Amino acid sequence: MSQIVKAQPKPIASQSVFQRGLKEIKRHWQLYLIMLPPLLIILVFHYGPMVGLQIAFKEFNVVGGIWNSPWVGLKHFKEFITSYQFPRLIKNTLGISLYSLIAGFPVPILLAVMINECTNTKFKKAVQLITYAPHFISTVVMVSVVLMLMAPRAGMINNIIALFGGERIDFIAKPEYFKSIYVWSGIWQSMGYNSIIYIAALSGIDPSLYEAATVDGASKLQRIMNIDLPGILPTIIIQLIMQCGRLMNVGHEKVLLMQNNLNMSSSDIISTYVYRIGLENARYSFSAAVGMFNSVINTFLLILVNSISRKVSETSLW
Amino acid sequence: MKKNLNAIRLSSGDRIFNIINLTLLSIIMVIVLYPLIYILSASFSNSNAVMAGRVWLFPVEPTLAGYEAVFKNPQIPRSFVNTIYLTVAGTMVNIAFTIMLAYPLSRKTLFGRGVITGFITFTMLFSGGLIPSFLLIKGMGLYNTYWALILPGAVSVYNVIVARTFFQSNIPDDLYEAASLDGCSDIYFMWKIVLPLSAPIIAVLTMFYAVGHWNSYFNAMIYLQDSKKFTLQVVLRNILIANQIDNEMMKDIDAMQKQEGLAQLLKYSLIVVASVPMLVLYPFIQKHFVKGIMIGALKG
Repeated sequence: MSQIVKAQPKPIASQSVFQRGLKEIKRHWQLYLIMLPPLLIILVFHYGPMVGLQIAFKEFNVVGGIWNSPWVGLKHFKEFITSYQFPRLIKNTLGISLYSLIAGFPVPILLAVMINECTNTKFKKAVQLITYAPHFISTVVMVSVVLMLMAPRAGMINNIIALFGGERIDFIAKPEYFKSIYVWSGIWQSMGYNSIIYIAALSGIDPSLYEAATVDGASKLQRIMNIDLPGILPTIIIQLIMQCGRLMNVGHEKVLLMQNNLNMSSSDIISTYVYRIGLENARYSFSAAVGMFNSVINTFLLILVNSISRKVSETSLW
Repeated sequence: MKKNLNAIRLSSGDRIFNIINLTLLSIIMVIVLYPLIYILSASFSNSNAVMAGRVWLFPVEPTLAGYEAVFKNPQIPRSFVNTIYLTVAGTMVNIAFTIMLAYPLSRKTLFGRGVITGFITFTMLFSGGLIPSFLLIKGMGLYNTYWALILPGAVSVYNVIVARTFFQSNIPDDLYEAASLDGCSDIYFMWKIVLPLSAPIIAVLTMFYAVGHWNSYFNAMIYLQDSKKFTLQVVLRNILIANQIDNEMMKDIDAMQKQEGLAQLLKYSLIVVASVPMLVLYPFIQKHFVKGIMIGALKG
């Protein structure tokens, strides 16, 4: 984005920005006209809800609607922070995302390096084709595959356990397994797709570096450590920033599908709580406040991580 | 060059490395593929064999009973048609709106370019959230219509940036300068020059948006009320996860057991039916989404 700011020519001294703008818009009115519908969509459906967020500070009722319901200040925020679910929600949300980050972040990088080192082109293509495929399976199908394979009575995994004389386990009903199932099924689904960006970065490394290293007698492992990884470091950092910015932002779609009354103590996260309280119990104001609490933290986290990264490594999103 | 060198001087250490690398990659492929193969085989197997755990790799006592049950269920074919309709219509709106915003923003001389870019990228940083969006959709009277699934996500800011980056590097400013000297207007230029040159980016966007429409369930679940309008993923969720199979009441124990087995088989078959379109199409568009991700990764 910094580029864009720079690219804007400075206004000529004799003309004000306003006058020049008016002239430009008149000259290229067709471009502005064509941008209007998509910009309206963004205004209505992205900025509209932000205006609607005022209900987080109000006591929403159907008669008053968004605009005329009475103000209550920070009541809902206080209620949420002091509620008994609050520590559990934070713990589960952070637990799931930290687990995903620590277990899931290195996998695509390793996979990309391994695919890159593969000298047999056909085998390489096959690995890519197969590992990308699960990305195209929907969340609903993905979760049902997991549930069916883990089903206590006829699921494949329990069949294997039974084959070795073990006790069948109802995995999805046990809170202690929930986070692992969530994280590892996520890795299964997205490691290939997430590796694409690193494979692209690896292919951009100057081949003369490898030649020089090989002449100097560097082994493959040494070339990976000293050429590949430093070469894709900027990409790794960008990805890490984005992941850290999403630490408190665990999507509800997959968790909702995997959630049941038995695993609730470890599967209830902020976004599913927002859904349950808001849409199932119709407590709009309270739920909007919880959602807003979460988005503010997310935005703050992203800005924070980005500025840290800019200082430390000169790599940043903006 | 790199490959030639490898072929010439492969030390024993590197040879061991290659063997380990190939072995690990093979294991990864098996881990990714096996669950999918198991589901496929189970869907063609006898339900008793599946329940008893006798299916490991190939179908046991092959049957099409599961697939018959899938297509006999009135909801599934209808939701399939609904989803095709929604995916086609939604993707067309997406593509049109994305290009309408991305091309003007790719023109470096556009007045207010920075402001407009800021306006759209801010929405990637902060959003109003679920409840205000839901109230907005209801307030606009879009509840229980497909518009609720098409309009709010009609423009993905991320995809606009991908498309803008594509235009910046593929449609030189000189081209417009030259055309405008010949009296070509902006819209005419977009229609006659930009669009014909944007086949690659349209392919990328189609892929991103169409997969999104085909696979999303949450918005359809919260915004659609009429079961005749349900999309495939909503029906899948109801059958596969919430276990709502609207079969006629079961008469006796024997029939019940049969029903249970059939219900199980129907689930395996349903997973196959729902996933096959995307999995069959995807190898053909693989190179496009690889390209799309690479364009998106460039900072613009």
